[in-house]
Amino acid sequence: MASPAVAAVVPAEEARQADAVGRRAFGFWIYLMTDLVLFAALFATFAVLSHSDAGGPDGKALFNLRHVFAETMLLLFSSASYGLVMLAMRRGHRGAVLGWLAVTFLLGLGFIALELHEFHAMILAGAGPSRSAFLSAFFTLVGTHGTHVSFGLIWMLVMMAQVGTKGLTTPVRARLLCLSMFWHFLDIVWIGVFTIVYLMGVV
Amino acid sequence: MASTPLESTGAGRGSLRRYATGFILSVALTAIAFALVMYGPLSRTATVAAILAAAVVQIMVHLHYFLHLDASSRARWNVLALLFALLIMVLVVGGTLWIMAHLQYRLG
Repeated sequence: MASPAVAAVVPAEEARQADAVGRRAFGFWIYLMTDLVLFAALFATFAVLSHSDAGGPDGKALFNLRHVFAETMLLLFSSASYGLVMLAMRRGHRGAVLGWLAVTFLLGLGFIALELHEFHAMILAGAGPSRSAFLSAFFTLVGTHGTHVSFGLIWMLVMMAQVGTKGLTTPVRARLLCLSMFWHFLDIVWIGVFTIVYLMGVV
Repeated sequence: MASTPLESTGAGRGSLRRYATGFILSVALTAIAFALVMYGPLSRTATVAAILAAAVVQIMVHLHYFLHLDASSRARWNVLALLFALLIMVLVVGGTLWIMAHLQYRLG
């Protein structure tokens, strides 16, 4: 007598969870779109001020494209390795999820290390954010992206702890999905940064 | 299986082949853009046009292969939200550049 009732409840519960995860992922997508508008404002500011170097160094004098290419590759490899996190998650391989999350984290950390090294060298050379309007806009735009990546790294550590302690439960999977959207989104913003700030600054 | 909830959202899809294709295309487009600027085989205008085109194509590659956006009904609301954000971005960036360039012309 009890079994048909149970059978009816379980799919309903799964459908309810699927709905909840779908709504959450869409809500997070809307947040990403608002973040995109924030970056659009920073890109517009940079585009207006990119030639206002106040007699200070311009992009051609400051940017090292080999360095930027290395940063770009680190972020791209980390985007691909986060894809492997999602594939491992769907197969339910907890160990592989943790492993690829760690790889993604280290690649992202390498990106941040290179960026901080670049900022540090620029500030030491007297090309800090206070030198010119161009450099203020540069540090604001690139720094905002770097801050996003740093928060993504913290989120990744939290997710590694959650996957380790809670396992791949539905809420943990939903968070991993949102983090994947966040991480791929930051790589997309970086395409705009390296094209408009670095490549067009040197060309 | 417990993976079913994620199948209902566009971003939960993807296969190894899909990620690998997106990754290889992205590496190629990035390498082309950097090589054009670093070795400068084209004129300045042609280089700027080429790197902007490479960036637009690479953004579409990322959206399709990494974020799994397409015209399917599962991703339709995500695409609509993205198109709306793009409209706002065009207004913000285009409007800013237009107004500031005009102002500079008037003041100069």
